[in-house]
Amino acid sequence: MAEIRLENLQKRFGDFIAVRASSFSIADGEFFVLLGPSGCGKTTTLRMIAGLELPSSGRMLLDGDDVTYKRASQRDIGFVFQLFALYPHMNVRSNIGFPLKCQGVPRREIDARVEEVAKLLRIEHLIDRPVSGLSGGDSQRVALGRAIVRKAKAFMMDEPLGALDAEFRHFMCVELRALHDRIHATTVYVTHDQVEAMAMADRIAVMNHGVVDQIATPQEIYDRPRTMHVAGFIGSPPMNFLRFHASVAPGAESVRLNGESIAVPALHEGVADGDVALGVRPEHVELVDDGGIRGEVFGAEYMGTMQVVTVNTKHGPVKARIPSSRKARIREQVGLRFAKERLVVFDAVSGRALHSDLFEGTLHG
Amino acid sequence: MAEVIIDRVTKRFGSVEAVRDVSLAVPSGELVVLLGPTGAGKTTLLRLVAGLEKPDAGIITIDARDATSEPPALRDVSFVFQQYSLYPHLTVYDNLAFPLRAPARRVDETEIRKRVTRVAELVRIDHKLANAATRLSGGEMQRVAIGRALVRRPAIYLMDEPLSSLDAKLRAELRVELKHIQADLGATMLYVTHDQTEAMTMASRIGILQEGRLVQVGTPREIYERPVNAYVAARLGSPGINLLPVDALPASGAPDGAVNVGARTEHVELTPADDGAAEVVMVEHLGSENFLHLRLNGHRLVTLTSPDAQWHPGRRARVSLRQPLYFDAAGRTLAAAH
Repeated sequence: MAEIRLENLQKRFGDFIAVRASSFSIADGEFFVLLGPSGCGKTTTLRMIAGLELPSSGRMLLDGDDVTYKRASQRDIGFVFQLFALYPHMNVRSNIGFPLKCQGVPRREIDARVEEVAKLLRIEHLIDRPVSGLSGGDSQRVALGRAIVRKAKAFMMDEPLGALDAEFRHFMCVELRALHDRIHATTVYVTHDQVEAMAMADRIAVMNHGVVDQIATPQEIYDRPRTMHVAGFIGSPPMNFLRFHASVAPGAESVRLNGESIAVPALHEGVADGDVALGVRPEHVELVDDGGIRGEVFGAEYMGTMQVVTVNTKHGPVKARIPSSRKARIREQVGLRFAKERLVVFDAVSGRALHSDLFEGTLHG
Repeated sequence: MAEVIIDRVTKRFGSVEAVRDVSLAVPSGELVVLLGPTGAGKTTLLRLVAGLEKPDAGIITIDARDATSEPPALRDVSFVFQQYSLYPHLTVYDNLAFPLRAPARRVDETEIRKRVTRVAELVRIDHKLANAATRLSGGEMQRVAIGRALVRRPAIYLMDEPLSSLDAKLRAELRVELKHIQADLGATMLYVTHDQTEAMTMASRIGILQEGRLVQVGTPREIYERPVNAYVAARLGSPGINLLPVDALPASGAPDGAVNVGARTEHVELTPADDGAAEVVMVEHLGSENFLHLRLNGHRLVTLTSPDAQWHPGRRARVSLRQPLYFDAAGRTLAAAH
């Protein structure tokens, strides 16, 4: 097992900078997710860590050793692509044992390791079956078994669940994380799906245009997003932005939106006469009859105990996640109130969150 | 808009009964969603209403008129398919205008312009009316396909998984918009999907289909809170309802004959206790909430908790259920004994 350290790692393809100098460490045994839209540089970063791509500058350390210019095969890293491909003519045992056979590991040791992995994945009872008759979930487990049988120092996974339907993907997320909790292998996982990232990661690095916007635990990223990109990428539905023009002074404890004063966590920095966005999560919006930011109900989505109500305001649409017991009719005029201590004020030009008490405080006890 | 009544309709394909004795009313101005897995008979039912299939038994009435043997063209219905099929050589405008230009309809061009402009605004494609249909994104093409159905004011709109080819984000957006448009127009709609979120969020009423039979019809709330059996209970909710044998939990007021108990993730209450029967296996972050995965006497259980609650794998808890649902050996819902 291993600690991975990136120092100013950068990758250019001609004039295009795919990954801008980034430095961060991935701890031994950590499940680390690189998250972002397509083209953000997450896969390039993963490939540099794996040694499949050489960086243009910077260093990469594996367990303290400089491996920047070592080839993938010399790094002892396991790679998992989309978890589908199994060798159809082999049974489960041969599929899992194949990487060891290629390395020339003695037969007896292969058998022992395969049985150990099968036990870990709870597929011991299938070990001598052909792979053709397996259920979807069991095939995925076999593919996973083939990846982890090598006992590499770290595992790289590039959208391994990308091809699955939503329900099954969720099921496999839970399985993957449970497996990680049993073997504690350092894992770097690339995805564009925030639900996967939130569900599995110890820490998430959110990337955008080759830049790492924020690295933190899932809850920290959700509660204290550092940029509008992070805030808008995470959550379902994601954070609402109410856009307006204002001057905000450092120390301010409220912002004025269309004449309405809205309390926010005390700001530590300001914006002089510029475009600002107030960020609020749907579950921190409340519908009121009088006062608040006024708007018109566009639609209500029943979700069981909760519903998501979309309200059109002068500052853009706002989604509120509220109990289904509150009736919301299309075209109804309503007011919106926000949970003060959870609000984020962004400089809408740079997209950066203004530093405030929110970022100092400790939410969730 | 008009009421559509499906009355004891059966449809066979060879020896397979695709639709079995289904009766369903789609009241004027309502959006009725047919929900079920692949092969449940939902698309066949839609095609029967459209006149693309003929029933082996039963009657279909549209606007109080027996339409059972009418050809599709006379039924006054609009159909939106899963895969948008636009005329590639026409502009967005001409695609939208196409149904109105059918010789039989004789709508004049001024009226066409009015209706196309209005519909284009509704589906938010008004800025691309002059574009070639092929020069649109997938989401835009599907909006044009929906718009093309909406330019007409038929007795009923029939929609077969119109959003399922779109990515998750766009699907979530169009879901709200389509429902808004439907309510705005007061349109009568019969909508087929296998996506429970679409059914829950869009429907006035949901019809749950299982192997060709309509097992329950009701508002999303009725179906979510009072499913008639375990099959229906498992169709709604994400993650799905927890189903456990009644004896997995300490005696709780289970009625006679109860074999299984069902509890939605938000109805499982946990109290931290070292001697509790349940153990936390995994904490899954959503941001707004956490899903806790637990093991309880060998069974898996998923609950919804606040991120403020400090749960970690390995911690133990006592479990109690709010609003539990009890099912008998055949899976039928039993009235709770209180």
